[in-house]
Amino acid sequence: MDLTRTEVAPRKGRARAARGSAARLGLMVVPVAFFAVFFAYPVAAIVARGLDVDGVWRLGRIVDVLTQPDIRHVLWFTTWQALASTALTLLIALPGAYVFARLDFPGKQVLRAVVTVPFVLPTVVVGTAFLALVGRGGLLDELWGVRLDTTVWAILLAHVFFNYAVVVRTVGGLWAQLDPRQEEAARMLGASRPAAWRRVTLPALAPAVAAAALMVFLFTFTSFGVVQILGGPTFSTLEVEIYRQTSEIFDLSTAAVLTLIQFGAVGAVLALHAWTVRRRETALRLVDASLTARRPRGAGQWALLAGVLASVALLLVLPLAVLVQRSLDAPDFGYYRALTSDDGGIFLVAPIEAIGNSLEYAVVATAIAVLVGALAAVALTRRDAGRLVRGFDALLMLPLGVSAVTVGFGFLIALDEPPLNLRSSWILVPLAQALVGIPFVVRTMLPVLRAVDGRLREAAAVLGASPWRVWREVDLPMVRRALLIAAGFAFAVSLGEFGATVFIARPDNPTLPVAVARLLGRAGELNYGQAMALSTILMVVCAVALLVLERLRTDRTGEF
Amino acid sequence: MSTTRKFTAVALGLGLVTLPALTACGSSSGSGNGGSGSRTVTLVSHDSWAVSKSVLADFEKQSGYKVRVLKDGDAGQAVNKAILTKDNPQGDVFFGVDNTLLSRALDNGLFQSYEAKDSDLVKAEYRVDGDKHRVTPIDTGDICVNYDKAWFGAHKLTPPSSFADLVKPAYKNLLVTENASTSSPGLGFLLGSAAAYGDDGWQGYWKKLKANGVKVVDGWEQAYNEEFSGSAGGRKAKADRPLVVSYASSPPAEVIYADPRPTTAPTGVATGTCFRQTEYAGLLSNAGNTKGGKALLDFLLTKRFQEDMPLNMFVYPVREGARVPAEFTQYGPQAKDPETMDPAKIAGSRDQWVKSWTSLVLK
Repeated sequence: MDLTRTEVAPRKGRARAARGSAARLGLMVVPVAFFAVFFAYPVAAIVARGLDVDGVWRLGRIVDVLTQPDIRHVLWFTTWQALASTALTLLIALPGAYVFARLDFPGKQVLRAVVTVPFVLPTVVVGTAFLALVGRGGLLDELWGVRLDTTVWAILLAHVFFNYAVVVRTVGGLWAQLDPRQEEAARMLGASRPAAWRRVTLPALAPAVAAAALMVFLFTFTSFGVVQILGGPTFSTLEVEIYRQTSEIFDLSTAAVLTLIQFGAVGAVLALHAWTVRRRETALRLVDASLTARRPRGAGQWALLAGVLASVALLLVLPLAVLVQRSLDAPDFGYYRALTSDDGGIFLVAPIEAIGNSLEYAVVATAIAVLVGALAAVALTRRDAGRLVRGFDALLMLPLGVSAVTVGFGFLIALDEPPLNLRSSWILVPLAQALVGIPFVVRTMLPVLRAVDGRLREAAAVLGASPWRVWREVDLPMVRRALLIAAGFAFAVSLGEFGATVFIARPDNPTLPVAVARLLGRAGELNYGQAMALSTILMVVCAVALLVLERLRTDRTGEF
Repeated sequence: MSTTRKFTAVALGLGLVTLPALTACGSSSGSGNGGSGSRTVTLVSHDSWAVSKSVLADFEKQSGYKVRVLKDGDAGQAVNKAILTKDNPQGDVFFGVDNTLLSRALDNGLFQSYEAKDSDLVKAEYRVDGDKHRVTPIDTGDICVNYDKAWFGAHKLTPPSSFADLVKPAYKNLLVTENASTSSPGLGFLLGSAAAYGDDGWQGYWKKLKANGVKVVDGWEQAYNEEFSGSAGGRKAKADRPLVVSYASSPPAEVIYADPRPTTAPTGVATGTCFRQTEYAGLLSNAGNTKGGKALLDFLLTKRFQEDMPLNMFVYPVREGARVPAEFTQYGPQAKDPETMDPAKIAGSRDQWVKSWTSLVLK
């Protein structure tokens, strides 16, 4: 705060500094409390239940479990498939991030929503869709006689399919706002195109790329259904093992140890991420995204656009199209018409009513995630954020790296007494979903917020703006786009989330993914067809909701 | 008001609305701790629970209790959650513990004793737990190999009918089953083979099965909808396995859930490959509403509910004289002497068997 110190008495300066840190603490209260109550406490409770037997902590179990060759093998496989998936996703999706950020082409908005759709689909359905691509009689089989199912390639490709949007949205969101003139200036000064890109754009993007990589890693590290369905039962990840120990074998102490191992691995990755990002964050010149996108020029850009569109068509659109096609496989929309009648048993309402339930949960979960995540992001933005705050940044990411089964069982035994008797309350669903949404909000907003030039805030403060007004007038316009992207993520996460919803959804109000799973769990053509039809509806609902969210952006050019 | 401000206001408003809701709804939702005088009774179950609306409504009207249903995940998960929360249960009655998990539930003291009305009408072969009456049998079903009639017709091959048939060269590479360590039909098929071939013989049987090209996939949905050529999903996916481990009640479902209904089921049951599964319900040990819980248990054994069950959950009633729907008798043959196993034996051997099975079949 050098600018303000000119004529001010020292005492007043100190008071202001104290106010600043008080404000920061105030911002942190909600996210910290949320995290403590809805994540740390339940997880600690279930781990303690597994390790603390009759008042004796059996920490020896950790050594026992770790020395089992099976477990070591699982840990190894989990880690390397996550690393490989992350690398492959970045490789395929980064060009996509550029194309979506910098090039204008017809249908861009719709396509951006479409690439996010995989996010909301239940894994069982994705398995179906993907087998049509890589399985027997699938496209690759027809074209080249290649079958990838039950190989690790199927797992990796499916992870790309799921996480493509993470990269496009996180990296693309920032890329769209980078001032292209900086790169142009470097070119003027004689740098070659690659050199200018390497020296100017890449360093500016690094934090966003790192954030995207981190999220993809955490998602694939805790991958469950994809590994089981596409890889086959021979592949097993830590998440699968934790599920088995908790749900099938009921060996809570082994499950607890595995959870701790998961914590350890995720913690190491988070530390690495924090260390790489800290050295790279710089203030950037941000401009309005609508100014940076242009029609493709030159053979290179056209080729890139064509390549990206081809990869999206093959990897993302084709599997989704298979589901749509199968849902239409009955005369005059028979499967869709079946959705409107309740058969009285499996659903007490017509399956179609699941749409409303899903949207309700998703709106509430998104609101919670945006509120808590935005508060956390603002608190973490401060340049003078101490080590404690940075540690909290990493903590907020943990829910992505911890088994859903662990959290679910933890909720059961931790949140079962007043004042927090939430076990059978509907709010538990959006709360659990927000846990996954918050890291997205934080990760999407932070690179942008940290890129905002601090001098702008100082100037506004000098001109007499209150901190709230500074944030509203300086930060918010710059970060609004990121906020909407993040909200879209949180919404999609909630719409497709399955674990928590199953846990609580009453038979009379299933959400879409729950209804799809129930239909798929029964024999008979109509059930299968309705599951496909409902999956298609789920995709459309997701895409439309995201498009509406994107439209919330007002294009007030000259904001920056 | 600019859009920016509106958006912020909306976001903040929603946040402020939801936060008080957190504290408020904790108190508004009684979770089975309503005391014996409570007018709500809570049933805890797994994902497959289903009942006709009218049948449940009639019970509510007659008994004066409102029924809440909580579904707690798949069968294994639901039982484990119930055990984990037994001191402060989520509800009053638990439905859906089967014979593969019964011992675990009983040994952990999940249920209190209650002899449901009409218990004497439960067919003798389904009764367990002697005169302690901690659980009441509710339904039964068989896990059996299903076959695709069209495929066997086209290939002029007689479908297999027994465990022994499945390892014959004629049926090489035709069978798909589920992972015994995560899927309940997969486990049932393993237990069936263990009951048929004994503690020492089942591994030899599975070696032969593996040599005969059995395919193992993750769960029932994938096996049935993706790999099995006789199902709707399988036909669309050009599936090439005409044999699948499923249920004896799957062929009737294939008829009932087809539009228009075919005159015969597209799939059949290999009646000598079955393992019997029975599901039980019980009054939870620390139920808040024991009176309501007892009424609900009585209801699960009434003729009305027992006859409503088959077409909702695709299981068979256990009550003497409860009629089975025509579709079941017409399209789903009853298993011939299905394999069974004592729950205590399952509890003692299951984990070890699954472990051996995994290293034998999957590695």
